[in-house]
Amino acid sequence: MKNGVGVAQNIVLFGGTSEIGQAILDKVVKPGVSRLVLVSRDIDTSTSMTQKIAEAHPDIDIHHVRFDAGDAASLSHVVSEVVSEIGDIDVAIIAQGLLNEGVDNYANPEALIEMANVNFTGTMVLMYALAARMKSQGYGKIVLLSSVAGARVRKANAAYGATKAGIDGFALALDHDLQGTGVSVLVVRPGFVTTKMTQGMKKAPFSTDPQSVADLTAKAIASNKTVVWAPGILQWMFLVLKALPQSVWRRLPL
Amino acid sequence: MVMQQLSGWGRTAWTVADVVHSTDPGQIAHTLQTVGERGAIARGLGRSYGAAAQNAGGVVLELTSEHDPLGIDAILDPITGTLDVASSVSLDSILRMCVPRGWFVPVTPGTRFVTVGGAIASDVHGKNHHFDGSFGQHVSSLTLMLSSGEIVELSPHSRPDWFWATVGGMGLTGVILRATISMLPIESSKVRVETERLPHFDAVCEAMSTEGDDGDYRYSVCWVDLLATGSSMGRGVLTRGDHAKRSDVSDDEPLAYDPRLRISAPGWVPNGLLNKWSIKAFNEAWFRKAPSKRHVGMESIPAFFHPLDGVNKWNRLYGSQGFIQYQFIVPLNRTDVLRKVIETFSAAGVASFLAVLKRMGPQNPAPMSFPTEGWTLTLDIAAGIKGLAELLSRVDAMVLDAGGRHYLAKDSHVSPSAVRRGYPRLEEWMNVQHQMDISGMWRSDLARRLGLIDSRRNS
Repeated sequence: MKNGVGVAQNIVLFGGTSEIGQAILDKVVKPGVSRLVLVSRDIDTSTSMTQKIAEAHPDIDIHHVRFDAGDAASLSHVVSEVVSEIGDIDVAIIAQGLLNEGVDNYANPEALIEMANVNFTGTMVLMYALAARMKSQGYGKIVLLSSVAGARVRKANAAYGATKAGIDGFALALDHDLQGTGVSVLVVRPGFVTTKMTQGMKKAPFSTDPQSVADLTAKAIASNKTVVWAPGILQWMFLVLKALPQSVWRRLPL
Repeated sequence: MVMQQLSGWGRTAWTVADVVHSTDPGQIAHTLQTVGERGAIARGLGRSYGAAAQNAGGVVLELTSEHDPLGIDAILDPITGTLDVASSVSLDSILRMCVPRGWFVPVTPGTRFVTVGGAIASDVHGKNHHFDGSFGQHVSSLTLMLSSGEIVELSPHSRPDWFWATVGGMGLTGVILRATISMLPIESSKVRVETERLPHFDAVCEAMSTEGDDGDYRYSVCWVDLLATGSSMGRGVLTRGDHAKRSDVSDDEPLAYDPRLRISAPGWVPNGLLNKWSIKAFNEAWFRKAPSKRHVGMESIPAFFHPLDGVNKWNRLYGSQGFIQYQFIVPLNRTDVLRKVIETFSAAGVASFLAVLKRMGPQNPAPMSFPTEGWTLTLDIAAGIKGLAELLSRVDAMVLDAGGRHYLAKDSHVSPSAVRRGYPRLEEWMNVQHQMDISGMWRSDLARRLGLIDSRRNS
């Protein structure tokens, strides 16, 4: 559970090398956290990324679990593995994701399938597994890193945007389904975030950085919101963009 | 199965459990047979501030009898003042029944809306700790249901280790079903109270110290203004007294008792209503209201012992984010730490609506009982304050370094290591707890967080 001052005891980050995920950890790891697990493909990188936390909080028990998020079918087993290591999962942050920037989607079905597996299929399997465990715990919070790309899918990242639109819609409905169980879902919709994933790409308007996203996410966790946009203004922008008829939407230079 | 969201009185850290309401031993034993790996814990009126009486994903056995059509399940011996009472009965019910007959509860915390079971499990204390000790010292025997469903009778003379493990045991040894309590004889329902204003913290400590006349008063407590700075830092209003004699009151009915609720807090309150500024204004008014010279007056039992009970659901005044209560104790010679803690909170701009200082008497034989000889300071803090986790962790370290500890019935945040340092007899208690609960059934959110139960289990 979380304690009386809002600090969760056991926190798990899926996508342990994600910069946004790490930035969120920096905000939510405080005195009162007991155990931390990072699940990723590359545990050397995730280990080096937690060095700062380990020094600042020597009494936190930190675990690293190797797992490939593309292996969608096995993602429910990774939840059992984490539970056997630390017991209850109080907060799960899902930051795993592929962007397939620079990949020609017309000619690369394998890359498309992998992206859909990581961003959508695997994440959905993972979220159901987490929700099942958390329901039995009577408490839990799943934080999903979605994207504004899913708010209204555009041609520039049609496939990526579609996976995010899918998982975003699923997450909201799952939160609804979990009402009254003590378990809830927070959907985080960042705009363009300057990270290694977006290196070299042209910045979109209202771009932001991992720290700002993490700040808004930590606040949203504390205030029990279901959706948070980062930056906040995107919520109002997309309220308009989503209402536009196709004929106008298609003419926008997006 | 009724899945229900529960929190403590502080309204933070809600979790969902299967709540089973029953005071019938047969039915409780039957429920215990169905309890799964998330275990079970007993709950009374939910007045502990943190997560002591909730059990995420498990079973919560609710033992309350406020609306029992059969009336109060208690028998008072009018000669000896011995009360045989069901654990689900509240101190409120006991007072309504016993005060008019000339008997008072031996110990009452700041609220009368606690059950007898909760009072024993938390080993509650009151304004008379330096004089009479804590609640468990006035329990001559108790009936406990173990996780196996077996019912045992415990007393300080028969199975003392099990008895004292249950006193202050936070419900982790079993379900308390009944208790026998030695009541205190009173001649009137009034309290003779001496009130005095103390200009700064040194004066507060001096007035309440063992060298002074504090030991002559059965009840003694000091309200402290945590926001006063400079030369008036730690100023307070000290109130001390005892039950008035028959000859002190002119009333025709000296034992009349009327504890009606006066007002209710509104259903919705914005977060931050109780902030630094509103509390500062309140503190100033409260300090000024107290007479500058020592003053003697008569107060009713509710006004003296349970002033906050006059406001129904006052815990909602902190808004949806709730609040925590921070209570610790340090040894008698460590008033320097009290001062440092007050300065730390004051420097961080943390306002406390109610800060109360009390000198406690010697410890009883219960390994997990909170009170021990020393100073205890209690404060209410809004839970949503930024940086609170870091601030409290610094204060926790000051308290522990001074050989102090925290009150588990109020705890909301301390680490497992804080309990190990603060309660040196924890391991001894855990050994007895394991004997009493072989299947490892009893667990609460508090016990999970602090590792009071077997931490190898992942449920």
